[in-house]
Amino acid sequence: MDWKKSINAFIMNRKITVILIFLLFLAIVLIAISLGPVKLSLRELFFGQYSNILRLRITRVILGLVAGAGLAVAGVIFQGILRNPLAEPYVLGVSSGAGLGAALALFFNLSMELLPLTAFLGAVLTMFIVYNLAKLNGKVSTQGLILSGVIVGAVFASLLLFFVSISTNEAMHGITWWLLGSLQVFDIKLLIAVSIMILTGICIAIYFARDLNAISLGEEEALHLGINVDAVKKILFIIASLISGSIVCVCGIIGFVGLIIPHAVRLICGSDHRLVLPVSAISGGAFLILADTISRTLMPPVEVPIGVITAFIGGTVFIFLLRKKQKAPF
Amino acid sequence: MNVSNLVIADNVTCGYHHNQQILKDVSFKVKEGEFLGIIGPNGSGKSTLLRAASGCLKPAFGSVLYKGSNLYDIPHHQIAKDFAFVAQDTVFSFSFTAWEVVLMGRIPYLARMQQETSRDFQIARESMQLTDTLQFLNRQVNELSAGERQMTIIAKALAQDPKVLFLDEPTSHLDIGHQVQILNLLNELNRKKNITVIIVLHDLNLASEFCNRVLLVDNGYIFKAGSPEEVLTYQNIEEVYKTLVWVNKNPISGHPHILLINKRN
Repeated sequence: MDWKKSINAFIMNRKITVILIFLLFLAIVLIAISLGPVKLSLRELFFGQYSNILRLRITRVILGLVAGAGLAVAGVIFQGILRNPLAEPYVLGVSSGAGLGAALALFFNLSMELLPLTAFLGAVLTMFIVYNLAKLNGKVSTQGLILSGVIVGAVFASLLLFFVSISTNEAMHGITWWLLGSLQVFDIKLLIAVSIMILTGICIAIYFARDLNAISLGEEEALHLGINVDAVKKILFIIASLISGSIVCVCGIIGFVGLIIPHAVRLICGSDHRLVLPVSAISGGAFLILADTISRTLMPPVEVPIGVITAFIGGTVFIFLLRKKQKAPF
Repeated sequence: MNVSNLVIADNVTCGYHHNQQILKDVSFKVKEGEFLGIIGPNGSGKSTLLRAASGCLKPAFGSVLYKGSNLYDIPHHQIAKDFAFVAQDTVFSFSFTAWEVVLMGRIPYLARMQQETSRDFQIARESMQLTDTLQFLNRQVNELSAGERQMTIIAKALAQDPKVLFLDEPTSHLDIGHQVQILNLLNELNRKKNITVIIVLHDLNLASEFCNRVLLVDNGYIFKAGSPEEVLTYQNIEEVYKTLVWVNKNPISGHPHILLINKRN
């Protein structure tokens, strides 16, 4: 067998897949901008006097891209460093921490502008507690991280419910809506800050892609390949947590993207993280933009919570992919 | 410093918890080009010894020297160019192809973000040829049989172009065909490429046939070290394994051959 031909055909195959995914992404962006509760032709939208609506839709698309990309990349990172295909961005309790931070801001009647900040602080605090709880003899084990993440998440979720139930504050009920997730952009400055943070995070993750490949073989395997496993794990853990935390701050808790997208990408383009990370970012963005478009246009003027859409489409598409491959998914 | 002593363990005491040391004050030397077998009962500290010597378990006391310098002072990526490790069984959580896994053996030679060069491809291909794994290079590793998967892992280790190859019971899940195939391959690498092999083995007869020297480990100490003929005597085996055996000679190679005894007889 001509091994070089075989390898080249394999690489070519993957390149074509990536290009197709990118084209699909562009198509979804265009569709998302042209669709909305107000029916406008593309001509009217771009050259008419509807620049406000255009701007509104574009910011939503940007938030969708950034949040979707961030969630998918955070999912890939957690699945890789925890070597657990069921890991997702919220598995280590970051979402409960952010939710608790937001609830506290509402509980103490702080101004709405402070809400994203307290939510972010809640996420960072959770990350810090989870990491240090998992540390034993100066070593952070994978099982330790998952256990302490799940436990801290559960404790914070119950505290969140506690504050919601004892609060007489009307605004507090808004937290439920916030927890369902939405891509509405309230503050353009916040969007910019979060975008920069998430894009930086994704770039750093891609920089460590090969280390992530080695770590997903096993920590000792990675060590024998010359990877400084402890340092890389710590950096990637912090990045993935910051990404998930900052996404929760701007658009609440949107489930399923971080779990489904990495899996779907692995099914389609294999497991090399140098490919999985960027392709997941684009696919996650496209997926969230699509879900948001559906949530806006399904039954206007009501916005269907985006989490409902992501779970519904994500679940169906994923089952389809799995059935089609008929192989062990992981 | 005698350079022919490649790896020197000097009064090594180590374990996984502070208050529970598995290896106790162990010293040994490995010469360049040696084929060293480590044998001993379950839980005696064989794997721990291999981990300490290969640089992934830092001793609590004592030191491990590689080419005269302290192994734990050498940067990870530098060690990975000289040491490769094959575990008993590698669990793949994700669907890498055999080719991708073997190519990972080149990681120590590549800077971050650097693409593999044609030389890396060449070395990966040669390693797959040597291990007879080239035929399934585009298959997913978790779809391969245990034997094929282990050969792929060995190919990855060879792609690291190591001077020392550490193996932790690489054949214990495999049939005799694969066992002998792997040990013959190691033997060939040892003779032709002068790769030093340090291997933990459960099967005393494999150790007897293939190793120049064996360390018999018992309860965290080295019970006996020497040639298979010196170590694999029925007295030593009975004392360490608490089992009666009959030691014969392999009629073809002349190495000790250990026979089990059914209690009925």
